[in-house]
Amino acid sequence: MSIDSSVVSPYPWAPGFYPGDRPEIVTSRFKYEDGHTLERFLATGGYDGLRAALTESPSDVHEVVKNSTLLGRGGAGFPAGVKWGFTPQGVWPRYLVVNGDESEPGTYKDRLLMECDPHQLIEGCLIASYAAGLSQCFLYIRGEMALAHERVAQALNDAYAAGYIGKNILGTDFSIDIVLHWGAGAYVVGEETALIESLEGNRGMPRLKPPFFPAAVGLYGQPTIVNNVETLSNLPFIAREGSDAYTAIGTSTSPGTRMIAVSGHVVRPGVYEIINGSTTFRDLIYGDDFAQGIRDGNELKAFVPGGGSAPWFVSDQLDIAFEGPEASAAGSMLGSGAVMVMDSTTDIPAAALTLVKFYAHESCGKCVPCREGGTWLYRLVERIVAGHGTDADIDTIFEVGQTICPGDMPHAASERLGIDAVPFPYKMTTICFVGPSAYAPIYSALTLFRDEFDALVTKREERRSIPVTAEVPA
Amino acid sequence: MSRLSDHNVIVAKEIIARYPKKKSALIPLVHLSQEQNGYVTEDAMRHVAELVEVTPAEVYGTASFYEMFRFEPTGKYLINVCGTMSCALMGGADLMHHAENSLGIKAGSTTDDGLITLQHAECQAACTEAPTLQVNYRHRYRVTPESFDQLVTDLRSGALDAEIPLHGTLGRNRQQIPADRAVGAEHPDEVSAGPTWIQVSPA
Repeated sequence: MSIDSSVVSPYPWAPGFYPGDRPEIVTSRFKYEDGHTLERFLATGGYDGLRAALTESPSDVHEVVKNSTLLGRGGAGFPAGVKWGFTPQGVWPRYLVVNGDESEPGTYKDRLLMECDPHQLIEGCLIASYAAGLSQCFLYIRGEMALAHERVAQALNDAYAAGYIGKNILGTDFSIDIVLHWGAGAYVVGEETALIESLEGNRGMPRLKPPFFPAAVGLYGQPTIVNNVETLSNLPFIAREGSDAYTAIGTSTSPGTRMIAVSGHVVRPGVYEIINGSTTFRDLIYGDDFAQGIRDGNELKAFVPGGGSAPWFVSDQLDIAFEGPEASAAGSMLGSGAVMVMDSTTDIPAAALTLVKFYAHESCGKCVPCREGGTWLYRLVERIVAGHGTDADIDTIFEVGQTICPGDMPHAASERLGIDAVPFPYKMTTICFVGPSAYAPIYSALTLFRDEFDALVTKREERRSIPVTAEVPA
Repeated sequence: MSRLSDHNVIVAKEIIARYPKKKSALIPLVHLSQEQNGYVTEDAMRHVAELVEVTPAEVYGTASFYEMFRFEPTGKYLINVCGTMSCALMGGADLMHHAENSLGIKAGSTTDDGLITLQHAECQAACTEAPTLQVNYRHRYRVTPESFDQLVTDLRSGALDAEIPLHGTLGRNRQQIPADRAVGAEHPDEVSAGPTWIQVSPA
C-alpha cells in the first residue's frame, strides 16, 4: 500500500487542519503561522474576552456560560456551566485542572489547539477561573506532546510578563497562577479523577465515584473543575460575543461548533471545525468541504463515530447528526470528536484488534474486570486474527465481555443483517470507561461482521474430527 | 553522579514551589532527571524523593506507572511507531516492519551504537496524518519507507540536532513564573476564604 504524502493541509504549521466556509470559533487563528504568539493573538482580538468578563461580576460571567449551553468536549458532553455550579458553597480553595491529556484513538484536536493557539486556551482558563472563583489553574498536557509543551510554556511566559496571568490581572483584584504540568504517558489519565491522582504525584488510577465527583472533592480533596482544552478554548468567544452569538450557531441542544478529526480510508483525512448538531456523518465523510468520500472510490464498510471507545456505525447510520441523544439512540456516542473510517478492503478482525490491544495495554490495573478481561480479550482476538482461534474463542469473548459490561451491549442497526439498534450506554463493572472500551470495538465488529470472524476460526465439529491417538508408554 | 545537578536542584525547587503540595512535583521532577541522565536512575529517584519528601518507593511506584519513564539506558533518539487504529489502517505495521529491517533491531531494543531505540507506541494524536511516528516525542507525518530511512540518515549525521533534542528533553524551554507576578501556591489547609474578587463582587 502506498502512502499519499502529496496531500497536505493548506497550513503546514497546523497539519491535518482544513478551513471551510464555516464559522470559526476556536480555529480562527490557525491560518496564521504565528498564531501561537502573543503579538498575533493581541492583534486578532486576543484577551478581549477576558477584558469583557472582568467588567462583569463572576456570577454574571458564569450565567453567560450556562446560557451558552457549552457542552464539554472531552467525551461525556456535559454542559460546562452546569458542571461549574456543582462546587459546594463556601468551600475554598477551588482549583481548575485543564485536561490536555488527549490520547483517545482517533482524536486530534486539543494538540492542534495547544500548538496553534495556546493563548486562546489560557484566556479560556482565566475566564473559567474568574467565573467559578478558582484559586489556581493546572494545565495538564500529555507528555508525548513536546511541541504543545513548548508553545504553551512560551505563551504562559509571555502572558505573565504582559500582565494577563498572575497578580492583579489587568489592574483588577483578579489574581491567579497557571501552572504547566507535564504528563508522562498514560491514556487512563484522560479520565478526570485519574488526572487528579496524577497531578497529586500518584499513579493515574481513577477514583471511585459517585458519591464524590471532582467538583465536590477533587485535587487535594478540594472542589475542582476539570475541563477539556477544546471546551475552555470556546470561552473567549462566548465572553466576547455573548451567549446568543454562540447559540445562534448549531442547534439549541448542541450549540456552537466542534472539532472533528476524520481519519482512515478517506480521500482527505483532516481536522474540521464543524457546525455542531446539524452536521451529519454523511456530510463529514462524503462532503466536498470535509473528507471528500472513501479513497479509491471504494465502499464504506464501517466507521468509528466518536473515538476508539465508541461502538461502530455502518452506512445505515450515515445520516445521524452530531447530537448526543441521536447517536446514543443509534447505539453509540459522539465521544471526543474522532471519526475513523474503514473501507471495503478492511480486515475487520485485524482492525478491531488494534483497538482491543490499545485498551488492554492502557488498563491501569485497578479494576479486575478491565485488567484481566481486557488482557484476555486481547489474547483471544489476537489468536483469532493469527488464524489459531476456534469458535469457542468467540463465545469466550462474549463471556469475558459480560464480566465488564453485564447485560445488553449497545450496537448499531444494520439493514443488511436485519438487526435493530441497542441504545448506548452500557452497564459497567469498572470505575472508568477503559474496560468497556476494550469490549466495545470487538463487540461491534463481531455483531456487524460475524462472518469475517467465522471464516478465521476452526469450528467445533472440525476439531472433533481430528483423530486423537493415545499411545500408551511402554 | 546521577542525582540532580546543582542547577537542576534550583529548577526543581522552583517547580516544587508552584504546587500547594510538594508531591505534585514528583512527575515533573522525574522528567527533569530523565532529561539530565537520558533515563531514570535509582539515585535520581532517591534524590527526587528527598526533594518532594516522600519515600523512594513512592517515587518508583509512581514513575513506573508511566510509559515515558525509562529505567535503563536508552538511545539518544527514541523512535515510537504508532500502531493504533488509524495508523494501522494506513500501513503502520508495514512501517514498523520496515523500521526493524532498516535498523536491524527488533522493536523494544537499541542499535549497537546507542543512537536509536525503537518502540511500538499507541495513538499519537496525529491520526489524519497516518502513519506517524515520533522521535523523542517530535512528530513525523505520513511516513514512507524512504522518509524513514532519510530520517535515520539525518539523525546519524546530526542534521536534526536543532529540531530534536536528546531523549529525555521534553521542552527546549520552561515555564518561568516571575516572582513579582506570582500569586503563590498555598497549602489548601491554609486557605479558608474565597478569592478576593469573588468576595467583593456583587452576589
